[in-house]
Amino acid sequence: MLPPNADIARLFPDLHPAFTAQEALVEANRCLYCFDAPCAEACPTHIDVPRFIKKISSGNLRGSATAILEANILGASCARVCPVKVLCEGSCVMHRYNKAPIEIGRLQRHAMDDFYSRGALLPLLPLKTQGGRVACIGAGPASLGCAAELRRNGFQVTIFDRNPFAGGLNTYGVAEYKLRPADSLREVELVRSLGVEIRNNVEIGVTISLEEIERSFNAIFIGAGLGYMEPLGIPGEELPGVVDALRFIADYKTSQLIPVGGTVAVIGGGNTAIDAANAAKRLGAHTVYIVYRRSRNEMPAFDFEYDHALREGIAFLWQVQATAILPDERGRAGSLECMRVELGAPDASGRRKPEILPGSQFRMKVDMVIPAIGQSRLLRLLGQVKGLELKGGTVAIDRATGRTGNPRYFAGGDCVNGGREVVDAVADGKRAAAGIAQYLESLHG
Amino acid sequence: MADLSTNFAGIQCPNPFWLASGPPANCGDQVMRAFDAGWGGAVWKTLGEPIVNVSSRYSSLDWNGQRMIGFNNIELITDRPLDLNLREITEVKKRYPRHAVIASLMVESKRESWHDIVHRSEDAGADGLELNFGCPHGMSERGMGSAVGQVPEYARLITEWVKEVARTPVLVKLTPNITDIRTVARAAKLGGADGLSAINTINSITSIDLDTFIPRPNVGGLSSHGGYCGPAVKPIALNMVQQIAADAESELPLSGIGGVSGWRDAAEFMLLGCGTVQVCTAAMHYGFRIVEDMLDGLSNWMDERGFRTIEDFRGLSVPRVTEWKHLDLNYKVVARIHAEKCIGCQLCYTACWDGAHQCIHLDRVSPGHRTPAQVEAEGKQKISVTPIPKLDSSSGGRVAEPWATPLARIPRVDEVECVGCNLCALVCPVEGCITMEQIDSGEPPRTWEQRMVSA
Repeated sequence: MLPPNADIARLFPDLHPAFTAQEALVEANRCLYCFDAPCAEACPTHIDVPRFIKKISSGNLRGSATAILEANILGASCARVCPVKVLCEGSCVMHRYNKAPIEIGRLQRHAMDDFYSRGALLPLLPLKTQGGRVACIGAGPASLGCAAELRRNGFQVTIFDRNPFAGGLNTYGVAEYKLRPADSLREVELVRSLGVEIRNNVEIGVTISLEEIERSFNAIFIGAGLGYMEPLGIPGEELPGVVDALRFIADYKTSQLIPVGGTVAVIGGGNTAIDAANAAKRLGAHTVYIVYRRSRNEMPAFDFEYDHALREGIAFLWQVQATAILPDERGRAGSLECMRVELGAPDASGRRKPEILPGSQFRMKVDMVIPAIGQSRLLRLLGQVKGLELKGGTVAIDRATGRTGNPRYFAGGDCVNGGREVVDAVADGKRAAAGIAQYLESLHG
Repeated sequence: MADLSTNFAGIQCPNPFWLASGPPANCGDQVMRAFDAGWGGAVWKTLGEPIVNVSSRYSSLDWNGQRMIGFNNIELITDRPLDLNLREITEVKKRYPRHAVIASLMVESKRESWHDIVHRSEDAGADGLELNFGCPHGMSERGMGSAVGQVPEYARLITEWVKEVARTPVLVKLTPNITDIRTVARAAKLGGADGLSAINTINSITSIDLDTFIPRPNVGGLSSHGGYCGPAVKPIALNMVQQIAADAESELPLSGIGGVSGWRDAAEFMLLGCGTVQVCTAAMHYGFRIVEDMLDGLSNWMDERGFRTIEDFRGLSVPRVTEWKHLDLNYKVVARIHAEKCIGCQLCYTACWDGAHQCIHLDRVSPGHRTPAQVEAEGKQKISVTPIPKLDSSSGGRVAEPWATPLARIPRVDEVECVGCNLCALVCPVEGCITMEQIDSGEPPRTWEQRMVSA
């Protein structure tokens, strides 16, 4: 396990503190207990929200946790990382009642915290053993969701992951004030406790070949996520002092602390850019800029993440494009060269196209540059699978079953959807598990 | 400005809000502070031979996070020396001559004992007497309280004893722990009572500790049934008050008790004939200050309605309660859902299907007959994803706030099948979203009684 780090814990306290028992009771009792509730429909894993909230109000916390985990084995991390404002809480009928929505995320966390504090004991399922072995590639939310669902239906599952710890971005990539690695790893242990085998430090094509996996398993689920951060493609990005956002976040979360100070420029406008900017600020930067080439209107980050960044004291430089990183006298990143940008007509993505303004060049002094312009596609791995159909670098699947162009392969999560939320990955994994079960049953007829 | 001053069975007071006999009226200091807060009168905690109380004494029914929707006590009558209570009554009356102090009395069933306590209470300055024939716990085991109030003959006899010597008005406080409260009300009237108070507390066990299996309140591992009161008992109290008010043989000035928590409750008791109301649990929950809104709210309501005094509306609802056989079988209402107010919770839908007559449907968008199970199954089949502006270009880059109720979630009432039961309107959380509308049944009014006569 990763050792807890007191400094990190101090710098990154819970963004949404836990409810006390009495607070949870009062909040749970606000829930109207809607029939066929919109919150449950909005949840990609269709957690029966009114059901688990009713159980909190009745004092049946164990039943509440079980109801959540039935639908979503990563119920604890989803309770903390889900963008509930655009999911369950965003669809709460209370909005139309001119009242604040039920705090579903925090109530879910209340039930899940109780579950884990009591030893994370799931009700024992009568395990029917099914023929068929399944391999899951990647140990992130999609694979964990898929593996748990398959295991609960009696299949043998092995997860392969290249990192020393399982959990994927839940362990390495979520802002610390939302989810700590320890919280992610206890969920991994829950999945393991179901009888799922997890093999870490295994890279497909390096440690083990795809052919070997194909020989040993009847079906394969690809939940490998996305690749490394995209390079900026500008001069100077190889300099010391340039650290991509995912690397930066993974490093501080695993206590490989990089000294942060002075001025930091984060390049990009997504949720990861904001996570990295907030972290840089908390880790000691005096000034943190988010440099984004479009305007606030086109920024892909959620509104509530933008508001959060403002509260953290992050400064936004709109319509600015970084064109080069220049070294200081020690040979480290020392300044950022930028151009101003004007927005033209909408491009293919529907967003207005940035056009560089000639002669608008300026320089800013920086001590660190954090590129955060999205993750690359895993083309090398995906290219090895015969028959796999790709669409814009992501795997094309049948949405209801997760089935790919190759009948033995199923896929879900970021490598399919291009990078959505944890809960979307779990939902993909669940649907793929049903698709795999159907496939294996057809094989063993 | 409404005039709330009250003359109840000859007892004068500035307003009809009295503290009921109980813990809030235990000593002179409390009663004086209550009068300062605005209470019009107080029924002193029952006087008698001092007793010994237990610890603990109270328990409550909490509901959906709300404390004390119902309240239960096993406390007995006053545990202070009689002389002390009487001295304090004298002191209170000296300082607050305009306010009503009523002595609640309970002694053993001996004529001399009752004569003695009546003399002493009146000598101390009490404006009236309330005979406690209602206390359901402890004292009843010793032949007092509800042990008297459950036997009309005893109640009449003791009332007669009291009336032999009393110089002030005598009220009899009735127990609800009896099949027909009118039997004792009539006995009290025959015994010469000047007024009635109803209801006393109801026998109760509020809850059981699921870890220890000991009911509450816990007294060293045991409990005892207590007296139930608070907001939860109001409907029971209103019914009994109405029964008394509508009964010519019981009719006397009536002081309403049972879950009065605000001015609305008070107005309801008065519409059923009460001249004053008595409050205990609400004062125990929130303190004496709650009387301010009781006075203000009642006064504002009376002004809006054009009632100058309480007598202007007292009893107006008594004739509006009748026997079922006199109700018009051809009166018909149906539920109407006002779509513009609907928030889409669908509680009316599931209530109608599971608790009523299956005449509310979710078919505005997808016509055809579907059961609740089918509706739920469809929801679970839907593939939902987190909206991500960058990936969902169709949203124009921003995620819309889905705050208008989708038509598919707004239920529809089949008015032909609707029996007009009110359930949907009762479960609907939105004020005025579901209304019950009268429709013309095309038939003249006809009661069950008329139907049986003509049949």
